[in-house]
Amino acid sequence: MPGKLKVKIVAGRHLPVMDRASDLTDAFVEVKFGNTTFKTDVYLKSLNPQWNSEWFKFEVDDEDLQDEPLQITVLDHDTYSANDAIGKVYIDIDPLLYSEAATVISGWFPIYDTIHGIRGEINVVVKVDLFNDLNRFRQSSCGVKFFCTTSIPKCYRAVIIHGFVEELVVNEDPEYQWIDRIRTPRASNEARQRLISLMSGELQRKIGLKVLEMRGNAVVGYLQCFDLEGESGLVVRAIGTACTLDKLSSPAAFLPACNSPSKEMKEIPFNEDPNPNTHSSGPSTPLKNQTYSFSPSKSYSRQSSSSDTDLSLTPKTGMGSGSAGKEGGPFKALLRQQTQSALEQRGGSPHKFCRRREFPFFTLTAFPPGFLVHVGGVVSARSVKLLDRIHNPAFVGIMGNTRSYKLLDWNSFNSDEPETRDAWWAEIRQEIKSHAKALGCHAVVGYSESTSICEEVCILSASGTAAVLNPRFLQDGTVEGCLEQRLEENLPAGCGFCHIPYDELNMPFPAHLTYCYNCRKQKVPDVLFTTIDLPMDAAVIGKGCLIQARLCRLKKKAQAEANATAISNLLPFMEYEVHTQLMNKLKLKGMNALFGLRIQISVGENMLMGLASATGVYLAALPTPGGIQIAGKTPNDGSYEQHISHMQKKINDTIAKNKELYEINPPEISEEIIGSPIPEPRQRSRLLRSQSESSDEVTELDLSHGKKDAFVLEIDDTDAMEDVHSLLTDVPPPSGFYSCNTEIMPGINNWTSEIQMFTSVRVIRLSSLNLTNQALNKNFNDLCENLLKSLYFKLRSMIPCCLCHVNFTVSLPEDELIQVTVTAVAITFDKNQALQTTKTHAEKSLQRASTDNEELLQFPLELCSDSLPSHPFPPAKEHLESASSNSGIPAAQRDRCSSWIELIKLKAQTIRRGSIKTTVTVEKASPVGEGNFRNRSSPPCANSTVGVVKMTPLSFIPGAKITKYLGIINMFFIRETTSLREEGGVSGFLHAFIAEVFAMVRAHVAALGGNAVVSYIMKQCVFMENPNKNQAQCLINVSGDAVVFVRESELEVVSTQQPAANCQPSCTGGEVTT
Amino acid sequence: MTSELDIFVGNTTLIDEDVYRLWLDGYSVSDAVALRVRSGILEQTGATAAVLQSDTMDHYRTFQMLERLLHAPPKLLHQLIFQIPPSRQALLIERYYAFDEAFVREVLGKKLSKGTKKDLDDISTKTGITLKSCRRQFDNFKRVFKVVEEMRGSLVDNIQQHFLLSDRLARDYAAIVFFANNRFETGKKKLQYLSFGDFAFCAELMIQNWTLGAVGEAPTDPDPQADDMDMDLDKEFLQDLKELKVLVADKDLLDLHKSLVCTALRGKLGVFSEMEANFKNLSRGLVNVAAKLTHNKDVRDLFVDLVEKFVEPCRSDHWPLNDVRLFLNQYSASVHSLDGFRHQALWDRYMGTLRGCLLRLCHD
Repeated sequence: MPGKLKVKIVAGRHLPVMDRASDLTDAFVEVKFGNTTFKTDVYLKSLNPQWNSEWFKFEVDDEDLQDEPLQITVLDHDTYSANDAIGKVYIDIDPLLYSEAATVISGWFPIYDTIHGIRGEINVVVKVDLFNDLNRFRQSSCGVKFFCTTSIPKCYRAVIIHGFVEELVVNEDPEYQWIDRIRTPRASNEARQRLISLMSGELQRKIGLKVLEMRGNAVVGYLQCFDLEGESGLVVRAIGTACTLDKLSSPAAFLPACNSPSKEMKEIPFNEDPNPNTHSSGPSTPLKNQTYSFSPSKSYSRQSSSSDTDLSLTPKTGMGSGSAGKEGGPFKALLRQQTQSALEQRGGSPHKFCRRREFPFFTLTAFPPGFLVHVGGVVSARSVKLLDRIHNPAFVGIMGNTRSYKLLDWNSFNSDEPETRDAWWAEIRQEIKSHAKALGCHAVVGYSESTSICEEVCILSASGTAAVLNPRFLQDGTVEGCLEQRLEENLPAGCGFCHIPYDELNMPFPAHLTYCYNCRKQKVPDVLFTTIDLPMDAAVIGKGCLIQARLCRLKKKAQAEANATAISNLLPFMEYEVHTQLMNKLKLKGMNALFGLRIQISVGENMLMGLASATGVYLAALPTPGGIQIAGKTPNDGSYEQHISHMQKKINDTIAKNKELYEINPPEISEEIIGSPIPEPRQRSRLLRSQSESSDEVTELDLSHGKKDAFVLEIDDTDAMEDVHSLLTDVPPPSGFYSCNTEIMPGINNWTSEIQMFTSVRVIRLSSLNLTNQALNKNFNDLCENLLKSLYFKLRSMIPCCLCHVNFTVSLPEDELIQVTVTAVAITFDKNQALQTTKTHAEKSLQRASTDNEELLQFPLELCSDSLPSHPFPPAKEHLESASSNSGIPAAQRDRCSSWIELIKLKAQTIRRGSIKTTVTVEKASPVGEGNFRNRSSPPCANSTVGVVKMTPLSFIPGAKITKYLGIINMFFIRETTSLREEGGVSGFLHAFIAEVFAMVRAHVAALGGNAVVSYIMKQCVFMENPNKNQAQCLINVSGDAVVFVRESELEVVSTQQPAANCQPSCTGGEVTT
Repeated sequence: MTSELDIFVGNTTLIDEDVYRLWLDGYSVSDAVALRVRSGILEQTGATAAVLQSDTMDHYRTFQMLERLLHAPPKLLHQLIFQIPPSRQALLIERYYAFDEAFVREVLGKKLSKGTKKDLDDISTKTGITLKSCRRQFDNFKRVFKVVEEMRGSLVDNIQQHFLLSDRLARDYAAIVFFANNRFETGKKKLQYLSFGDFAFCAELMIQNWTLGAVGEAPTDPDPQADDMDMDLDKEFLQDLKELKVLVADKDLLDLHKSLVCTALRGKLGVFSEMEANFKNLSRGLVNVAAKLTHNKDVRDLFVDLVEKFVEPCRSDHWPLNDVRLFLNQYSASVHSLDGFRHQALWDRYMGTLRGCLLRLCHD
C-alpha cells in the first residue's frame, strides 16, 4: 500500500438550480477512487455551497494511482426521489506521482455533465503521500515523466535517447455493450469517459514500465490515440520516445564543451575505403512499388527479438543497405557495431532485449544539437484492415448471430485482441523500417501513426523521416563534449543534413543530385521532403509557407472485403496525386524543401480524401527549383497554343510573385563552382510507395511519371486543365500573414508574446447529385481555402502575424459530409524589429564543426568512402558525376552507400539541429518558484479571479521561459444533446462544447499551478448529428503539457532581485508577484 | 455544397467591437453582414461576403453564449468558459448595459412591468431602435431594478457592485431605477424638451437629499427594511413639507418674503419687473408643489408641476438663466430672514434640491 490519496471538497459556485420550487439546490459531493466512495454533507439551499469537507483519504497502491482517475460527482439531494446528478469532474492524479511536477492539485474545476455541459464549478484540493520507493514496484511506473512535446523539453537535457516505446490496450466500447440499450445516454457516456480514462492510465503505466526497463526516466513525444472501432471495440494506443532526461540546474550545464575527442575516431573519415560499394543486392529497379494489399486474416508473427537478422542494420539479407560494412575495414566494422549496438541494445538487461530494439524510431521532430546527421527522406506505409473479429478464433462461431456475442464475457476474448492490433502495427513498423534501410538510414525520426476508420474498414498509416543519427545520445555513458574542429572547412553550416545518406551510384530512386550549394562538397538531392521540423540552424533563404495538397476520390459503396480491396486499389493513386500536387505547389512557390509533412488519408462510405500539409522552404543547400512547363497535346491549333502560352505566362508570373512574396533571392552561383549544371526543367520526381506487408510484393508499380518529365505538365484533357487551374487558385495569405505547420516559421524570429490558439471546425454537405471527382476536389479545395481565408480575416487584428503549427484534419463522418478541423496558433511578430535571422557565420561554423565531426566519426558505416564514378546509371547521373570529378571535389567526399529502395516518398535530406545558441538561452533562465505564476500572468485587474492560462500547440511560448513541466494533460470528453435546435443547432452545440473543453483544460492546468499548456493537440473531434431526432454527439480528445512559464521581462526582474546563488525554486514564491 | 457547421473557438475569446455593436443594436445576422459590407471592410481586408457571413455568425453565437453571463456580470468575471482579458470584459459589460437616449426617454418613470414591455414595439417604431435592442435595454433596466430593489445602502454603489458598471453608467441606472420606483411622469408633451440627462441630474439631487438614505440611518424607523434607503422618498420629509404652506398662506409672510427678495435683487435682474409682478404666483407654485407631495399622484407629477408652475412662466417672460439663478438663490436664502418661519431646515432640504433641479430644467 504505497500511497495515500487525500481529497478535500471545499466549495461550489454557480451551481444550476435543481429545485424549481425554491430556485435553489441542495448539493452534496461523492468522491470516488477505485472502489471506495466518500460523501460530503448536504449543503442545503444554495447555489454556492461551502462544504469545507474533511480530508477524504484513500489508501491505494501506486498501480491504481496511475490507472484510476479521481472521480468527483456533484449531486442534488432529494428526499423523495433519487438524487439528481449535477455533473462530474475527473482528475488525473498522475502529475502528483513524480517529484518534480505538481505537489498539489487545488483549484476550481468546471462540473461537467455529458448532457448539459458545464454546470458550475467546484473547488477541490488533492494531495498524494507516497510511502515506498516508487520504483520498487514494477507493476507501477510512478516517476516516469511524460511529455507530449516532440522535442527535448525546454528545461531538461537529454542524457540518452533510448528510442521507441509503444503499447496498446483494447476493450469493448461501452457504447456498444448490450447494457447500453437499457441505460441512459448519460450513463453510457460516463461509462465511456471513465473507461477511456482508465485505459489511458493503464497504457501510460505500461509504457512507463517499458521505459524503466530501458533505464530511462521519461517519455518525450508521447502520442496517445483512440480508435473507436465500433462494435469491434475500443483501442487506446500510444507511441513515444524513451529518454533519460536531466533537469537543468545551472546555465553552464549545457554549454557544449569542446574537449578531447577520441583520437582514433577522428581519423576515421579519412580512412574510408576508396572503393565504393558496388554491390546492390536488392532489385536494382528503384521504381518498385508494392500493391496495396489488405489482409484481414493474415497471420503475422511478431519478429522475435532474438533474431537480429531482419531487424538489425547489418544487412545479412538481400536488403543490401549496409553491405558496405563488410568491406569497410576493421575500423568501420567496429564503428558499425557501435552504432548498431547503440540503436539496438540500448535498454540494458539482455533478456529484455526485445521490443525496444525492434524499431529504431523516434517520435521527436526537433533534436538536440548534433543528434540528427542526415536525412534520407519521408518513409510511410499504409495498410487496409478489416475490423472483423475473424482473427479471434473464439468469435468465429458466434459471428453468425451479429448480436449475441455481446452477451458473452468479453474478458475471455479480450486478451487476444491487443495481439491482433499489435501485429498490425508491427507489420507497418517493420515496413517503415525496411524503407528507411533502403534509404541508407538506420533510424526514423518524426515518426507518427494514425488510423482512419469507416464502418469495418480501417486504414492504418505510419510515416516518418528516414535519418542517420548520432549514436552519442543513444548510448549509456555518453561522451560529453565534442570533437575537435578539424573538419570545419569541409562542412559549412546548415547543410550537412541535406547531404544524401544513400549511395549515389545505387540510388533508391532516380533523382538528380548536385553538389551542395552551400559547401559544394557533398551531394544533395534537388528536393527534400521530411516530417520533422526545420532544424534551427538550417540555412534558409526567405520565408516559408504552408503548402497543402488536397484530393478526393469517389469509391463505390461496398461491404467488407470488397470495400477493403477497393480502398487498397485507390490508395496508390491517391498517394501519387497528392505527391504530384505537393511537388507542383512547391515549385510554384519557388521552394525546394518540405518540412512537417503530414499526409492524411481518410476513408468514408463512398469516397477517400487525402490531405497533405507541409511547410515549404527554400534551403540554401539545395538547387534552385526549376519552373513548371506546360505542354499542349495538339500543337497545330493556333488558339490552343495561345491558351497554353497564356497559362504558361500565368504560372511563370505566379512563381515570380511568390519568390518576391517569400523573399526568396538565392545568390547567383556560377555553374562551374557548382560543378554540374542542372538541366533546367528536367527535374524528376519519383514517388515510390508501398503499402502493407513488406515481405511479399506482388506487383511492381511505377508511380513515377514514366518517361516524361514531371514538371512538364501536359494538358491533354480537361482533367489536366483543371489541375493546372487548381494550382493557380490557391490564394496567398493576405499581406501581413504567414502560415506554416511547423513549430517555427523560417525567416521570422522576432515574435511578440501575443498568441492566440484556436480551433475551427467546418462541415459541409455535398450535393449528392452527380458527384464527380472533379466536383469533389473543387468542393474540398474550396472548403480548405475558405477556412483559411476565414482564419486570416478573423485574426486580422494580429497582423503582422504568423499562423504556426496549422494542423488540418479531415474526416468523413457521413455519406455526404466532409469535416475539416483546424487547430493552430497565431503569433504576432514585430515587423520593425527584425532580428538577425541567422547567427553569425563564425558562430555557426564553430558549432557545426564540432557536431559534424562527431557525425563523421561515429557513422563511418554510412560512409562508404568516396565513390568514384564508373557506374552505368542514368545519363543525367553520369553527367553529374563526371562533372564532379572534374571539378576536383576532395576525395574525402562522403558518398553514402545505401541501397535501392522499395518505398520512399522523395529524396530527402535533413538537417541537424545545431542551435546551441538557443538552448543556452533557455538554460540561463534561473529556476523560478512554482507558486504564484498565475497571479503574475494574470492582468492587473483587481476584479479578475480567474488566472490566464495560455494554450499553444507549440513546444514553447514566445517571449517566455518555461521553468517547470507539471505533467501531461490528456482528457477525453463526450457531449451529447437531445435538444440540438435549442442549443443553437450543430454550430451552437459544437462551439459551446469546444469552449468548454478549453475551459476544462485550463482549469486543470491552473489547479496544477501552471499557467500554460504547450504542445497542445486536439487528437480527435468526432462529431455525429441526427437533426431529425434533434440529437447530436461529439467526442473530443485533447492532450498537452502543463507548464509554468515566466515572461522574459519578468525573469530579468527576478534575477536581479535574487542573488543568483540561492535561486532555489521556492524562494521566489511570494514576493515576485505583483 | 452547403456549410452545415462552421465554428471558430479561440483560447482567448475573440470580440469584434463593431460586430458587438451591431448585435447590441439588434440587427439580424444578414442585416449585420450587409452593414459590414457597406462599411467597406471587404475592400480593406480582401475578404469575401461568405467569410464575412461566417465571421458574423461566429461572433453572434459567442455573444449569445455570453449574454447569459452578462445578465449577472460578476459571473462573467468568475466563469471559466470564456477566457477574456479584463479590459474586454469591462467593455462587454459596459456596452451591454449602455442604452439609447431615445429609448430611455420613452420608458423613464414607467413601471417596468409586462405591460410596458408590450408597448416596446410602439417604442421601437417611434424611435427607430430595433425591437430586439429595445427589449435588451428594457430587460436591463428591469434586471437592475429587481436586483437593487430590495437592497439597502447606496443605490449607485449597489448597482456598481452587482453589475460592475462604470461610475457614470451606474449613476444613470440609479436615476432610471429611482424614476421607475417613484413613477415620475416624464412623457407629457410639455416635458418632451427635457433630456435624460436633465432627469438624471434631478434624480441624483433627489436621491442625495430627499430619500431616507440621505439623512443616514433613520433612527426613528422601527423597521429598517420598511423603506429602501435610496429608492424611496423620505415619507416623513414629504409629510413635513406641508408646513411650508405657511409661506404662501400667511399674507404677511408672503409680502415680507417678496420685499426681501425684491430689495436684494433690484437692479441686478434684467427681468426685475416681471419677477416682481410674478413673485407671488411663482412662490405659490413652488410651495404648493411641496405641500402636495404627500400624495403619490402628485409625486408622479412633480416634473409636470415644476415645469407648469415655474419653468413656463419664466420662459414666457424670457428670463435669462442667470436671472433665474439669482432669483432662486435669493428666494431660498431670504426665507432665513423671515422671523415667523420655523422650518428653516426643512426649507433648505426642499429648496436646495429644487433649486438645482429648476436650474437644470430651465432651458429650451
